[in-house]
Amino acid sequence: MSTTDPHDAPVATPDVVLCPEGPMLLRGRHVLEDADGRRHETTRPVTAVCRCGKSQSAPWCDGTHKLLPPKVRP
Amino acid sequence: MRLPKARGALSDALFSVLRSGGPAPAGVAAENRDDAAIALWSLYELHYRGFEDVAEDAEWDPDLLRVRRTLEVGFEADLGARAAAHAETYPDDPQRPVGDAIFALTEAHEGPSLADHVQRAASEDQVLELLRQRSVYHLKEADPTSWVIPRLEAEPKAALLELQFDEYGCGRVEQLHHRLFERGMISCGLRAEYGAYVDEAVVEVLEQNNAMSLFGLHRRLRGAALGHLAAFEATSSLPSRRVTQGLERLGMAPEVVHYYAEHVEADAAHEQLAARIICGALVDADPTQRESVLLGVRACLVLEDAVATRMLAQWEATA
Repeated sequence: MSTTDPHDAPVATPDVVLCPEGPMLLRGRHVLEDADGRRHETTRPVTAVCRCGKSQSAPWCDGTHKLLPPKVRP
Repeated sequence: MRLPKARGALSDALFSVLRSGGPAPAGVAAENRDDAAIALWSLYELHYRGFEDVAEDAEWDPDLLRVRRTLEVGFEADLGARAAAHAETYPDDPQRPVGDAIFALTEAHEGPSLADHVQRAASEDQVLELLRQRSVYHLKEADPTSWVIPRLEAEPKAALLELQFDEYGCGRVEQLHHRLFERGMISCGLRAEYGAYVDEAVVEVLEQNNAMSLFGLHRRLRGAALGHLAAFEATSSLPSRRVTQGLERLGMAPEVVHYYAEHVEADAAHEQLAARIICGALVDADPTQRESVLLGVRACLVLEDAVATRMLAQWEATA
């Protein structure tokens, strides 16, 4: 059972996904430059990038957004 | 791995049959939860890597499958009752997308935390005991979920494979998660061969393992398997960080710290993939799967509570 008709024109899988109240997912290999000019390379098929600014593993997400009140989450 | 020690009349009868190849035990009831759990665990293990002292064709022996089914019916009913009790305390809001609902449940859930104990207070002996308990799953980490792959339509399947590929090291054996755990165990002076500590496993750990195999092996329970995965991932990043801090407090080897550090960032991505994309696609295509997904979520939470309660009580009693 599927909601999409496989005969429709294919819709590409997004490379970037913004998760509600959470991180940004990046699919594939990317090099990120952080605010201090340091470069970080993704190593996983899908990587979560911090959007709340509180991660201890910046620029990657470490789940810290869940400790924030919903109003100040991304 | 050889068959574990029996824990009662049923596992005793079952294990002698598994060794000798005789007729499966009919009419032998489990003596207690330990007996039922080790019997079911061993029958499931025939589908993973098997036992050196059991013939390979035991996996599809219809009499053994009948014993397995009897144990599963009881276990599934028990899990259903525990999930229903959880739903009384933490009801679902059916208006929410399933991904949001999974995060809402895992964040609202309050239970005892082994990660908090490891972070702040655990002794090295307690941590080593916890690693031995966890090894029953971590040495086959991600494997129960792989059963689900061929049962999915394209969208959840593609997203699940992205997640599983990361679990399996993206083609690099030294990055494969159960290999990382093996290296962590060896670095602490523990044995790392598959199943080394099953005889020590408390019944709560066996049941946690059995739930994943039950969900994984039954197509009917594919939603529960994915819900369990989502809840497992959604309760991993922050606790894994606390565990790394506890292991560093105790001055434990970098290899075991690395296993947990890897899970901080990996599972921050996996939880989003599992809850929003994998479970989201499954339920979007078939809304009747929502209930099954939430069964898996709740089962994951209550089974981990049971493990934590048991271990913390045991350590308190010996303190």
